[in-house]
Amino acid sequence: MLESIVSSGVAIGCIYALIGVTYNVMFSASRVFSFTAGTLGMIGGVLGSLFILRTGMPIALGFVLALAGGALLGVVTEIVAVRPVLKSLDQHLYVLSTLALALIVQQYTAIEWSTEPQPFPRIFDIVRGGFDQQYWLPMLACAAVIVGLELLYRHTLVGHAFLAIAEDNYAARALGLPERGLRMASFALAGVIGALAGFAGGQLLLAFFANAPLLTFYGFVPVALGGMGNNRGAVVAGLILGLFQQSANFLVGGIFASVAVFAAFIVVLLAFPEGLAGAPVQRRV
Amino acid sequence: MTQTPTVQSRPARAAVFGAGAFAHAWPFLALLVIGLTLPLFAGGYWGVIATRACVYWVLVAGLNLMVGFAGQLAIGWVALLTLGAYTTSVLAAGNVMPALHPYLALAIAGAIGAVFGVIVGLPALRLRTFYFAITTLGFATIVTQIALAWQSVTGGGVGVPGPIFPAPFDSQWGFYYFCFGLAAICTWMTMNIAASRFGRALTAIRDAEVAAEASGIAKPALLVTVFLFSGAVAAISGGLFASLQSYITPDAFTIDLSVLFFIAILIGGRGSILGPVLGTILLTVLPEFAAPLVAWSTFLYAVLLLVIVLAMPGGIAELIDFKNRRPLQSNRAIVPRPDLLPRLLGTNRDPGTLTLEQVALSFGGVHAVDGLDLTIRPGEVHGLIGPNGSGKTTTLNVISGYYAPQSGTAKLDGVVLPALVRHTRARHRIARTFQTPRLVGEASVLDNVMIGGTIDGRGTFAESLLSLPRHRRDEAMLHETAMLALATVGLESLAAVRADRLQHSELRFVEIARGLMLRPAFLLLDEPAAGLSAEEITRLGAFLVAIAKTGTGVLLVEHHADLIFDICHHVTVLNLGKMLAAGTPAEIRSHPEVVNAYLGG
Repeated sequence: MLESIVSSGVAIGCIYALIGVTYNVMFSASRVFSFTAGTLGMIGGVLGSLFILRTGMPIALGFVLALAGGALLGVVTEIVAVRPVLKSLDQHLYVLSTLALALIVQQYTAIEWSTEPQPFPRIFDIVRGGFDQQYWLPMLACAAVIVGLELLYRHTLVGHAFLAIAEDNYAARALGLPERGLRMASFALAGVIGALAGFAGGQLLLAFFANAPLLTFYGFVPVALGGMGNNRGAVVAGLILGLFQQSANFLVGGIFASVAVFAAFIVVLLAFPEGLAGAPVQRRV
Repeated sequence: MTQTPTVQSRPARAAVFGAGAFAHAWPFLALLVIGLTLPLFAGGYWGVIATRACVYWVLVAGLNLMVGFAGQLAIGWVALLTLGAYTTSVLAAGNVMPALHPYLALAIAGAIGAVFGVIVGLPALRLRTFYFAITTLGFATIVTQIALAWQSVTGGGVGVPGPIFPAPFDSQWGFYYFCFGLAAICTWMTMNIAASRFGRALTAIRDAEVAAEASGIAKPALLVTVFLFSGAVAAISGGLFASLQSYITPDAFTIDLSVLFFIAILIGGRGSILGPVLGTILLTVLPEFAAPLVAWSTFLYAVLLLVIVLAMPGGIAELIDFKNRRPLQSNRAIVPRPDLLPRLLGTNRDPGTLTLEQVALSFGGVHAVDGLDLTIRPGEVHGLIGPNGSGKTTTLNVISGYYAPQSGTAKLDGVVLPALVRHTRARHRIARTFQTPRLVGEASVLDNVMIGGTIDGRGTFAESLLSLPRHRRDEAMLHETAMLALATVGLESLAAVRADRLQHSELRFVEIARGLMLRPAFLLLDEPAAGLSAEEITRLGAFLVAIAKTGTGVLLVEHHADLIFDICHHVTVLNLGKMLAAGTPAEIRSHPEVVNAYLGG
């Protein structure tokens, strides 16, 4: 039992961590948390199933198209729900605009795709084993994203520009960085990461429209606990969340597991509003 | 679904708007008449829809105070509806204990709703907006899951029958009148709050939190009160909802409903009561004309929400706010009337001295203030000057409690002022203004000034809810004082105008008027002359001298050296957080280091 708790816990935790990274990448570029983070994960799963199972594309092509779909939704989020409300950030209208967009996509998926969970294809044609691909795929995806982001941020010019925008976007604009272009690129990148999370976790979560709100919530927990914008914190917190949730699932059953996760989340957050790894920000008067 | 505000409660307001109370109340009266006579001209089907609108409004009325007034985005508030619906139904059906009378069940649901309103709302006091939004969303999900899983009580997925209220409210129209009555009461109560110091304080928390704190508004206490009220009415709405549905299952309470409530408030407009009433009616009726699209309803609601947020954030309330479309007189002059000050503030007051002793505060490695001593005496204008970054505003923020100094203390009349409890400064009669004016743009100038007198009200939230005599006395007193304060700064002709339509210089005087509402022992001004014309600066100077004459100690942070030297009794010059020089204007003007470092040779 311990083995299955650990493997499913780590796998689910990796998916949450990836959604957390999705939140972070969007946040770094715009100072905005978007409710579409979980929707991106859901879309990755649905598009994967749509392209590979329903239309019968080769797996590699379906994979690339699913990620492209995520990137597109990321860019649409930026254009439709984020950019128009950026100038009045203090009114927090982005909470409502991104929620609206997330619901639009989610409802459209429910109506046009299915209101029931649909099967997701097995990616590698190998025999189902104890430590199956449905567990190690999310872990692989998570590791790839973390390494990839580190390389991007540390060793490429675009990555440095991303960091500059995240640090101080006024100063970055004053330096002549194309702030808007970089923001759109960030949202596209976030879309790819979110869709990858949904695709890699497709065999665990299936292609189901209602995954969107669940991923939006559970994917935010690592962000809140790991400290916003902190990807390593998100991975650690995501893994803890996944393991905690799966243990509670096995030990006390589904509903109490949800209540336990929620209660723990609230309590930890109230005790550490800036996250377990974050530092408080001085308020300006 | 409404009632008119009693004319006695707002006599002066009617006079301000010049059109009488009727102009403000007629839409509500019209709705009241339509609502009462509905059975005469509408069929039974419309009765159900009207009942649903009333049920929704009971919840939206409370949520409106949270969202529209206080700006707390509790997007999962549907959780309280669920809780109320199940509590009422389960208690009335007798699933767990002997069946209770439906009214008693509804009342208990209201009480439980109030408690859970606080539980759901409490994170708002500590968390950022998005964090709070997502915790309420999580709460909504959890409540539905519990309803699904706790089969012995809630019936699980099968559900539970809703309560049936006894005669005369058991018939369709009878139940309609029951809901209509409750909706009307909720409208009346929230209108009372909106027009009270609590309503203004909520908008101040939403749009100008630091100014709210400086005016003595304790955000936690006020928000908890609102959570109690909103939670109670939401749960009662849930009980009515269960009765209207006659049978409830967990899937009746989706996030779609929350979205619906939010659209109703936003489409109506923030800080309005009439707007959200109309929004609720509109959203309940609209689907009846779009029956073929029923599968798409959530989709369409979401589109509507997006469109409203992006295209008309002001909502219906702004569309129908005709009096704020009239152009204002251009080339207005601000002519303060110092002669009114003694009436507003009294004379010869002596509150003791305000002192800073060896205050030091650094941010990271930067010493913002480094061992500063400062004494501000009543009846004097004390100037604080220095180059940018020399610690002037930081000094002000230490006095008003925004920063805790790492060493040293601020004392008033020998008593230490505790750091970081900002809202207590108002009780010590320490008022302040801000470098960028912090006002509620959507509220009238008069309302903004009245915010400054919040702590002088005596009535409780409950008294304001029911418009009891103490509430009315408070409002009359605040109104009168605020009009006097506005006349004193020379802006009484703009009392009814939305604050965001004023010029920058006028906003500075509105802030001063708000500060004067406290009858301040000490008035701290952060660059009040910035952005003023030369003529206005002269008037401001004379006005500040007159304020000091009544016994108020004025601390003036300024860059205009002329103003400082003209009006100050005492000047302190800061450089890099340290005192460079202190003395009379004449001494400072000839101080060699000051001339070198700051004034220029």
